[in-house]
Formats: sequence, C-alpha cells, structure tokens
Amino acid sequence: MKHEERNFEKSDQFNLTMIPGAFARKMRTCVIWQFIRFVAINIKMIVVVGKSH
Amino acid sequence: MARLVVLGGGVSGHTAATFAAKWLGSSHEVVVVTPNSKWNWIPSNIWVGVGQMSKEEVTFDLAPVYAKAGINFKQAKAVSINPEGSESEAKPFVTIEYTESGREGESEIVEYDYLINATGPKLNFAATPGLGDANGLGEHTVSVCTADHAVHASQELQKCIEKMKAGERQKFLVGTGHGMCTCQGAAFEYIFNIEHELKKAGVRDMADIKWISNESFLGDFGMGGLHMKVGGYVVSSKLFAESLFAERGVDWLIGAHTSKVEEGKIEYELLDGSKNEEEFDFAMLIPPFAGVGLKAYSKDGEDITATVFAPNGFMKVDANYAAGAYENWKASDWPRTYQNPTYKNMFAAGIAFAPPHIISKPMSSPNGTPINPTPPRTGMPSGIIGKAVAHSVCDLMTKGENAHLHEASMAEMGAACVASAGKGLTTGTAAAMTVYPVVPDFEKYPGTGRDTDYTFGEIGLAGHWIKHILHHLFLYKAKLNPGWTLIPE
Repeated sequence: MKHEERNFEKSDQFNLTMIPGAFARKMRTCVIWQFIRFVAINIKMIVVVGKSH
Repeated sequence: MARLVVLGGGVSGHTAATFAAKWLGSSHEVVVVTPNSKWNWIPSNIWVGVGQMSKEEVTFDLAPVYAKAGINFKQAKAVSINPEGSESEAKPFVTIEYTESGREGESEIVEYDYLINATGPKLNFAATPGLGDANGLGEHTVSVCTADHAVHASQELQKCIEKMKAGERQKFLVGTGHGMCTCQGAAFEYIFNIEHELKKAGVRDMADIKWISNESFLGDFGMGGLHMKVGGYVVSSKLFAESLFAERGVDWLIGAHTSKVEEGKIEYELLDGSKNEEEFDFAMLIPPFAGVGLKAYSKDGEDITATVFAPNGFMKVDANYAAGAYENWKASDWPRTYQNPTYKNMFAAGIAFAPPHIISKPMSSPNGTPINPTPPRTGMPSGIIGKAVAHSVCDLMTKGENAHLHEASMAEMGAACVASAGKGLTTGTAAAMTVYPVVPDFEKYPGTGRDTDYTFGEIGLAGHWIKHILHHLFLYKAKLNPGWTLIPE
C-alpha cells in the first residue's frame, strides 16, 4: 500500500491534509537536489538576515 | 571609567556583553552576572534529548571566554535592582547572590552606570500542578529546555525504546504544558526527532505519538502562523504543519491548556471549554515562561517592582503597553530601543523585555481560561536585539547621554529559523524558514501581515545541513574565536 494511502486512512484529521507522494519524499533526501536547495535557501536567508541588521 | 553590567549570559546577554567589551575596549568595564558556569547553544538541546549529541557538544565554560574578552564574570543570580541607589549607596546597583561552587548564597552589591537585563525566562514549571514546582521540573515529564534536562530526556527515551523492543507499546506526548506557553518550535522539533529516532531503532510501529499544544491551529508557532509562497501559491503554515504531522503519523490536539500532570496522565481543557484526559508513557511538555522574579527598590527602599517590570516579571521597555483590544494592535506597539521608560540607563534584551501584547490572536475557553501562545523572542531576534542594545549603551558611554539609540524592532526585522525534523547526514530533514517581519504588520501587508517575497519555508535534507552548520558556527562565534564578529546573529 502506498505510504499516503496508509496515512490518509488513519484519521479524519490526516484525511483532510495534503501528504507528499513518493517522489516528493524522495527529493527531500536526494543529495544532489538538496545541495541545489542548500545553495538556494542560503541565498534567501542571507537576504533576510541582511535586511534585518 | 564607567561600568556596564549585563544580567544574563544567554544568546542576548552574551551577544550584548561580548560586543560591548569589544567596542569599549579597556576604557570602560563590562560585568556579566549569570548563574550558569556554561554557555548553552539551546537549539541543539533537541539532539541531546534524543541521544544524538552529548551535553559537552552543546555547552562550553564561560570563564575562559570572558577572561579572553576582558569581561568581569560573576557566576551569580541577580536578586534585585536599585536604579536610584540607596540611602547608603549613591550609585545605582544590582544585588547579586553567587551560585559559583564554594560561594553559594554569598551576596554582593554591584554598582553600575548602565544595565542590560538579559536574564531570559524563568521556566515556570510550577504554573501547572504536577509539571513541576518552584525548584523546577517535576518527576512525571521530561524537558529539553536545558542541557541537563535534555540528557535526562534522552535517558528516559532510551528506556521507552527498550520497552518497545521488548514488545511493550508506548505512548509519546509532546507539546506545551500550559495554555500560555511559547517555544512551540522546540517541542515541534523534539516530536519529529523522536519519531525519526524510533524509526531508526525499528520500533516506530510500536509507538503512538501525539502533539498537544495551546496553538489555535497547527503551525501558529506563537507568531500567528505565516504565509509563504510555494508552487505558485501563497499558503498558510497550517497546511504545511498538518501535512508533516499526517505524513509522519503524528496525531495532534490543539487549543489545549494542560491543567494538571500526574504519573502517566494529564488533564487538559480545550478552547471549546471541554475537559479531558490524555495518558502517556513519555511526555515532554514545555513550561510557560515568566520573568526571573527580579525586584526593584527606590532610593528610600520602597518596592518599585511594578514600575520597572510588567506583571509577568519581564522588564518594561519603550513598547506601547496600552494598545488594548486585539483590533487596536499595531506593529508600532513593539519596542524599538528596549530602553526602560523610567530609568534611561536600563535596557532589556531578548526574552527579558516585556512584549506589548501577544502576536497570535488571543483566545480563551468559555470558562475564561486563556489558551494562546505567548510571543517568541528567542534565536535570531534575541541576538540582534542584544547587539543593538549594546551598541546604544556603548554610544551613551562614549558619546554622552544624548547619543543616538540604535533600533531593532521585531516588527521591522526578519528571522531565519531552522526546525529539525530528524538528524542524519543523508537521512536528516529540517524545515528551513524565514519570516519578514517577525511581528506581522497588517497596515503594510493587510492580508498576511508579512512580505511574502521574504517569507518562505521548505523541508528537506538541506535544512538539516544548515541547522548542523549553524550549530558549529554559533558555538564558534560564542567562543569568540577569530573572525567571530563576521558571523551574523
């Protein structure tokens, strides 16, 4: 059974949310993609930190 | 030579004291009064609490660092302030009581020209019967608020894991221990780190994990939630928080005031007024925060605590405390300079300043029980405020009492926040977020209160790497290693 099917089934609370599918979950720990996100998030954070000092 | 006394050596106090010592050099004296001998990078206590870091990795001794910086370090707790001096002392002073080994209970008067109150919070475990008492944490639950608490939490967690391995099902309850708590973020991190560790230990299917919180919706975090741009949409943090809970199989109970804690059971009241019970085998419930209980006295010995401090024990600063009802709240109510309105040589920084009101929408049950998060003043804003206050005080000391005061309003600054959801070089995840500004400004941004170009969030391994790097970076900075001033707060 798919992960999201199992979790949607657990409760009404869970059933009314969005749950990431296998691809989205895989990308969260995909080292190559996450390295790109690491660079992107750092740039965004540096901008916000710069605006706050 | 003038003397600056900084009360507290946490994120805000340590930042203020170290920058002040650097800027003032040897021409003026900086004194730090803090009851702890060690500095603690509190955000990493989460990892201590699940056995992924040791206490030694998140703490270091303050004495050698302050010796290197030329700061006079007194390991003591402040008891009272005499901002006008006394009949026998012409100058304002603080009465302190040593906690240093061998000098416990010894009292001393420390005169000051300028005072920065950065005492942080009192962990008010006594606010909820059974959660603890005046001495601190009780015996029924665990905490990750201090490094020692986190070590204890880790030991208890390991016992539960052993029971699950032996076939005994365990119920985990994590969240807030009172209707007026803040710091939901720490509990959020802890519950997902527990879930991650249980999975690694192969016992996740033996655990029921439940979140209990005073937030009126998941993802409020004491900031009224946030809206962020994702996939072309601007969406509420509620959607993302609920998604993560559902994905990881964590139940939630929100709008809850924990009213009593017993062995293996809590009693709580919900926003609809209903009262219920929840059982647990392991519970980590954050206590509410209060001021540390400093008293203030006038020159003739009259108690002026109510003049200097708000009823919750936090120091009054240049905030608008007369904003009244929620409909009247404005971003401009929030303080800019953190100067005490009565005594201009006193400032408060970090958690120690009294906020004008909460940030989230105020809520209470039909029984009149307030159930809403109080405003967070930790992390990046705390450091920025500490630095701005130090800058103001240094200018006052070196340029005279008409010097310009530096400003750091939480309604005009953003914050970067990384919330761990599990530790691991290739398996860890964390939610990396920024908000701008921290306190929503509905006059400027009527819909969301924040600039959605600078407010974002996403979860993944990259966030975990950032949190881990920040752990080392901020410990490096706090130890005043070469180049420490180049690392932003």
